[in-house]
Amino acid sequence: MLRFAPVLTVILMVGPVLAGLLGTLLPAFGYLPALGGGEWSLSAWRELAAQPGLEISLRLSAVSGLLATLISFAVVMLFCAAWQGTRVFGAIQRVLSPILSIPHAAAAFGLAFLIAPSGWIVRLVAPLAGWQQPPDIVTLQDGWGLALVAGLVIKEIPFLFLMTLGALQQANAGQSQQVALSLGYGRVAGWLKTVLPRIYPQIRLPLFAVLAYSASVVDVAMILGPTTPSPLAVRILHWLSDPDLSMRFMASAASLLQLMLVAGLIALWMAGEKIAGFCGLYWAEGGGRYRRDGAVRLTVAVVSILAAGLILAGIAALAVWSIAGFWRYPDLLPGQFTVKLWLRELPALAGALINSVLIGGAAIMIGIILVIACLEREARQSARPGRGVMWLIYLPLLMPQISFMFGLQVFFGYLGLERSFISVVLAHLVFVLPYMFLSLADPYRSLDDRYRHTGLCLGAGPDRVFWQVVLPLLARPVLAALAVGFAVSIGQYLPTLLIGAGRFATITTDAVALAAGNDRRMIGIYGLLQALLPFAGFAVAMLVPAIVFRQRRGMRDGL
Amino acid sequence: MSSPETAISPSGLVLAGVKITLKGQVLCDLDLTVAPGEIVTLMGPSGAGKSSLLGYICGTLAPGFTCRGRVWLKGREIGTLPPQDRHVGILFQDDLLFPYLSVGGNLAFALPVDIRGRGQRRDKIDQALEIAGLAGFADRDPATLSGGQRARVAVMRVLLSAPSALLLDEPFSRLDAKLRSQFREFVFEQARQQNLPTLMVTHDPEDANATGGPVITLTDHRAQQA
Repeated sequence: MLRFAPVLTVILMVGPVLAGLLGTLLPAFGYLPALGGGEWSLSAWRELAAQPGLEISLRLSAVSGLLATLISFAVVMLFCAAWQGTRVFGAIQRVLSPILSIPHAAAAFGLAFLIAPSGWIVRLVAPLAGWQQPPDIVTLQDGWGLALVAGLVIKEIPFLFLMTLGALQQANAGQSQQVALSLGYGRVAGWLKTVLPRIYPQIRLPLFAVLAYSASVVDVAMILGPTTPSPLAVRILHWLSDPDLSMRFMASAASLLQLMLVAGLIALWMAGEKIAGFCGLYWAEGGGRYRRDGAVRLTVAVVSILAAGLILAGIAALAVWSIAGFWRYPDLLPGQFTVKLWLRELPALAGALINSVLIGGAAIMIGIILVIACLEREARQSARPGRGVMWLIYLPLLMPQISFMFGLQVFFGYLGLERSFISVVLAHLVFVLPYMFLSLADPYRSLDDRYRHTGLCLGAGPDRVFWQVVLPLLARPVLAALAVGFAVSIGQYLPTLLIGAGRFATITTDAVALAAGNDRRMIGIYGLLQALLPFAGFAVAMLVPAIVFRQRRGMRDGL
Repeated sequence: MSSPETAISPSGLVLAGVKITLKGQVLCDLDLTVAPGEIVTLMGPSGAGKSSLLGYICGTLAPGFTCRGRVWLKGREIGTLPPQDRHVGILFQDDLLFPYLSVGGNLAFALPVDIRGRGQRRDKIDQALEIAGLAGFADRDPATLSGGQRARVAVMRVLLSAPSALLLDEPFSRLDAKLRSQFREFVFEQARQQNLPTLMVTHDPEDANATGGPVITLTDHRAQQA
């Protein structure tokens, strides 16, 4: 059975992506028998080219993707350079997982509540600035997409930080840093010159994933991005949702365009890597020490704490709005609190909650079995997969969701699985699997082999060793991987919406649907719940081992 | 097809023409017989393939090593058996007690299934703890034991699995000097009492002297008997 695990995992992870791409490619060139398209043509592309403001949408997607990636990359690298090995670094590490688990949409809603002209930040400043009314400035959905970039950056910083932490541990970065310091280099310059080149190869794929995601995101763009016109991915979703089914052909062409855009951006980034590598070598060999880097260190610490603070304050804003009664501008808090809206929404919330938990629960159960089976097989064979496998794992994260979700919907239709629970779960699994694998692979691989050998030599067969030695030892990371997978599933907007064709309302689809309206109290309720669900997952993942192993001191450390 | 040693010592541990190679480099190449109750010491510089040899005897050596030769134990060829069927017990320098089980749970894990019945299994465990001077420790969390106590539990765990041979992979190197000689005597005494052929890998000449048995030095990957 174990023998088939890697193949099955790859099929479930990469198969839907390829099937979806095919299902997008064919209609883009006129072929979609279900809608009467049986002839090859380029009319979809001509129609697409005639769309007003297409180049603006493209530019928005490209610029916000690149900017968000560059800024979060720079912040994370500079932060690690400035603070690695200090107490601040350790403190930030601890708040990382909860922040990372908050879905993009919830973080975006929270940010919107902070930076809106009548948001908390303005309310803080208003008494000082003497603003009697919300200032007439555009801070949300601005034409440049800056709010969108900000919303992406605050979520991508924790992700890249986590990935960098893993790379730092493997690269033995602490020693290089010591050497650089003893040669008289400033912390930041020393780190950038000695550690960055070593860890960059390992954070390259995560960076590409951030770039692809940022340039093609739908939910965050619907909340924070400009609307006239919107970034390309949002417009594609509108075309796909158009009652006029013939729009699907153009939408498919646009999905391919989105894919090409992302591919182009990754190629551009790769070219940038070459140039930066060349200049960096010149810079490193120049021997400049840059000893006075106090200002840089302080700035980057402030920016990082601000990014984390914005997410947490945003969630607090969601919570306050969800129970706000009458709330006068520029008061910092509502005049009264009420749970009336919560009570009214309870039946609808319960339905959405159940859907979210059922879909997420099914996806992570399938996911954990496959991921553990792959890793267990790897351990029994003592063979690590090559670098190519990492590209396979990242493939679903490098593809714009919008580029293959419609095609996948068509494909599931052929299988007779359209709008079914199982197809939604399979679509979630595409994204749940890579993250669960990335979360569990390191702890699984670093488990001391001698435990396994001890078990075997005591006369236990490989299966008994797995159930009675490996699994209990890895209980914490396995539960953590389940929590990560659950958080990923909760955050999925497009797969739930498109594959479920509106049949499965989850907390996330309901929340994002509220973006168009302006009901802050409703957004508060749904946004808050969206943030709390993954949080609950992590809480369970921490509590269960704490209770089960309460009398085992040796099981307390670790994750 | 039996090598001459098997005729002499059919109940011991016999290595016949064992040669372990990694990426074309020979790690060790030796013939060796360990009689029941005898303790043979294997010494040599690090990287000389001592631990690989123990892994080979247990059947837990990672793929990638090329191995040739045969291993006999109690007159049975075990080189082709899976590790769990070889009845070779091994002790490492760390105790490797399972941290999620109690002391008694660790011992029960090792106890063969043909010892049936709750009471009988419990008796065996209590007996073993008594031998180790740890009577009444069955329900304790291993993490609350001292290093020396944990090491003794690890020994009893191996012995309860009813091995036919014992391998020691520098099992004393983590203990401080005083504890070390005490614990060493304890292990050797147990091995002799159960009449186990024992093969020990160590860096420490004192360990080797304490066995009173033959010492083999692996230099240039050929075995030399001192």
